[in-house]
Amino acid sequence: MTTATDTPARATSGQLATFRLDGDLYGVEVEHVQEVLRSQVLTRVPLAPPAVAGLINLRGQVVTAIELRERLGRPPRPAGTDAVVIVVRLHGEAVSLLVDSIADVVDVDATDFEAPPDTLDGQARELIRGAYKLDGTLLLALDVQKAVGA
Amino acid sequence: MDGLDDIVEEFLVESHENLDQLDTDLVALEQEPDSRERLSSIFRTIHTIKGTSGFLAFGRLEEVTHVGENMLSRLRDGVLALTPERTSVLLRMVDTVRSLLASIEATGGEGGVDVSAVVAEISAAMEDRPAPASSPAVATPAPAAAVVAESAAAPAADAAEAAAEVVAEAEAVVEAAAEVAVEVAVEEPVHEEAPDEHADEDHHEEHPDGGSGPAGAARPEGQGGQQRRAVADSTIRVDVDLLDSLMLLVGELVLTRNQIVQYVGRSTDTDLVRASQRLNLIASELQEGVMKTRMQPIDHIWSKLPRVVRDLGIQCGKTVRLEMEGKDTELDKTLLEAVKDPLTHLVRNSVDHGIESPDRRRAAGKSPEGVLTLRAKHESGQVVVEVADDGAGIDPVKIGAKAVERGLVTADQLSRMGPQDVLQMIFAPGFSTAAAVTNVSGRGVGMDVVKTNIESIGGTIEVESEPGRGTVCRLRIPLTLAIVPALTVECAGDRYAIPQISLQELVSLDAEKAANAVEEVGGAPVYRLRGELLPLVRLTDVLGLTSDRHDGHVVIAVLRSEGRRFGLVVDRVINTEEIVVKAVGGQLKAIGLYSGATVLGDGAVALILDVQALARRALRTETAERQEAREAAAAGSVAAETERQRMLLAAIGEGRRVAIPLDTVTRLEQVRAESVERVGNREVVQYRGAILPIVRLDRHLGAYGTSEREVLEVIVYSDHGRSVAIVVEEILDIVDGGAAVRSDIDDLGLLGSAVLGDKVTELLDVRAAILAADPAFYATDHSPALLEV
Repeated sequence: MTTATDTPARATSGQLATFRLDGDLYGVEVEHVQEVLRSQVLTRVPLAPPAVAGLINLRGQVVTAIELRERLGRPPRPAGTDAVVIVVRLHGEAVSLLVDSIADVVDVDATDFEAPPDTLDGQARELIRGAYKLDGTLLLALDVQKAVGA
Repeated sequence: MDGLDDIVEEFLVESHENLDQLDTDLVALEQEPDSRERLSSIFRTIHTIKGTSGFLAFGRLEEVTHVGENMLSRLRDGVLALTPERTSVLLRMVDTVRSLLASIEATGGEGGVDVSAVVAEISAAMEDRPAPASSPAVATPAPAAAVVAESAAAPAADAAEAAAEVVAEAEAVVEAAAEVAVEVAVEEPVHEEAPDEHADEDHHEEHPDGGSGPAGAARPEGQGGQQRRAVADSTIRVDVDLLDSLMLLVGELVLTRNQIVQYVGRSTDTDLVRASQRLNLIASELQEGVMKTRMQPIDHIWSKLPRVVRDLGIQCGKTVRLEMEGKDTELDKTLLEAVKDPLTHLVRNSVDHGIESPDRRRAAGKSPEGVLTLRAKHESGQVVVEVADDGAGIDPVKIGAKAVERGLVTADQLSRMGPQDVLQMIFAPGFSTAAAVTNVSGRGVGMDVVKTNIESIGGTIEVESEPGRGTVCRLRIPLTLAIVPALTVECAGDRYAIPQISLQELVSLDAEKAANAVEEVGGAPVYRLRGELLPLVRLTDVLGLTSDRHDGHVVIAVLRSEGRRFGLVVDRVINTEEIVVKAVGGQLKAIGLYSGATVLGDGAVALILDVQALARRALRTETAERQEAREAAAAGSVAAETERQRMLLAAIGEGRRVAIPLDTVTRLEQVRAESVERVGNREVVQYRGAILPIVRLDRHLGAYGTSEREVLEVIVYSDHGRSVAIVVEEILDIVDGGAAVRSDIDDLGLLGSAVLGDKVTELLDVRAAILAADPAFYATDHSPALLEV
């Protein structure tokens, strides 16, 4: 969680699992991703922070689901569309992220990396490590640690 | 085996283990007769058995091992050389020891095992005489014959054990062995006769020691042989991690079982239903079995406490006797580890702060020796552990003052707390009552840590104390961590699990009843549970949800937390279920209302409510709200002396209600109307061997109730050894007087009136009422013949 350890990771090459959220393309490091699931039954948690969408039964394991739209300050997902669940594993604990849809695994190169665009607003800016300039689109690299620290 | 003492049993297990080692050692010793190391090891083993048998008063065992030890010590010191004869004699000694142990195990005594022969042999072997017993073996009586015959068979037995390549060597002793083994091997070819120990072991499993002793030796004590396996071969060391993973798997199995049972419940396939019932049964038994493997008696952690108490007692200059009850109460190993430190802390605390110095105890009229009692018992699926001392007790007033001083509560809050609640504040963080900081305790960390530790394993802690008499700390600990019985309830469409450990009972009220029974006291809902007022907490309010129950039904789960009871209002009770507790992520822990989550039978996730946290949160805010309501009410008026008093409400007829300050009520009684007698113009009743003057409140206050009742409801008031009885029509309730709106409209015998429980209630002038019954009541030094209480 410390920024000191985050800094060298800022411009890395490697593989990112990408997903779409409110029209934008985001990516998380492939090694964090445990699995991707279709929409799941959520058990709501009263009094939890708004980004906590609920709890998921992942083969007998109880996993917290984070609504990434809420985390990134985006409008709620339109009614009638199901979220896709990305299960990430951090420090041995599984947490899941709710996103709009899953996309490809992309090889990224450190030379394409840039700091987050200044236009990003405050809340989202903290969760975005930066952007990889891909052909015709920008891939926003999500800081998973911060994203699940709701 | 039940009859065996623990010590004896331990001795047996240990000795059997050692003897097996001894056999190996002796045989190996033959290969390298000069090995000091082995000799020493053998010597130590025999020495240990000798020592323990002497201690346990097994005379013959001691005798045998004693001569054996003598010989071994000479062998070790190089005075004697190890010859095959001597090895045989030693092996025979080992066998005799085995027979003795088997007999002890079977009968608790040494039985008829004869040791003189082997003792003589050992003595002879030490003096290098030829063993007297080798040729007249057949003539010796049965047990001895077995032992002696084995002397010949011994090399075979050894070799058999060591490598099983015995044929050549065995043939030399076949004749001797056949004497004994003939009953087993008589029809077998001669060359197979020698390794009959193996045959015995393989085919006659009822003689597990057949491998090391000849068949004949095992026979006479076949019973003992089986018993032996029961003790020595029945224990096995298992890695706790393995048990943990087994427990996890069983947890998953229980969940799957729950799921299947639920699905099958909807099925009509009888075979499937039967299979699922069986699965249900087996899973439960398996769960129980695996849980048992992790159970250990609490004595494991208690056994260290006598020393702690002794040392600490000396350090503090106190004499403390430690008593333990329920040592063999078992609980999960993980939990046992988790309560070790808290328990030790409580014990230290009791010795340091609870029990007084001998001088002070003597001054208080107690025995100078303090008694610290540890009690453990199973109680409705929990383990209750008490640490009780007969020391000075805890003074709630002192605790209260300290809590105010530390800023934990305000003086105002304190004044409304019961003494029991005040006591629980010793568990508040940053609280310590030790006048001086000692190196034992009193650093202000401690009780709160104890509480946190206990709660982290799903347990609870409460303290009870009687100043001058002592203090009891009571821990309630779940039997096991992983699987807990829980009540599942529904609230606003979601399901929640409440651990049974906190649940006392369930109350379900239909709309009609609920409308009457659930009342408001200063804005806070209460329910009258068997005459006691139970504060109610609506789960929907706590969770910020809206109930989906609109039919007026009220379902109350009566919960206990930290010695207080409260009722949790839920929408519906679903069922009770064994749930597997799953940890929740950090975000949810921070909310502080959930102790975890679980997967229910249908695969849905349910949150487990943390009852302690719930009580703390809900009851405190309720108190605060009530306080505000009270302050608002108090701003309006009046009479300070009855402020915040608890009032007893009674009906006196004609719909009139009277409030009587609770502190003027000593007892509530029922008196048969025909037992009322008259003395002059007064009514009296005989009560506990005295004459009790009566005042009928209806007449006293000018109401006319139905006086033709068979049983009179009586409020007894006693002061300075005198009592009067106030007769009312019906006892209604006990309410908090402070919350009421008052007016000073009064009448004869009344102090005023107030709104209590939504109705106008008259406040009784108790003094006037008592004087009406007994004009001399407040006159001191006046002892009329009428009263002698």
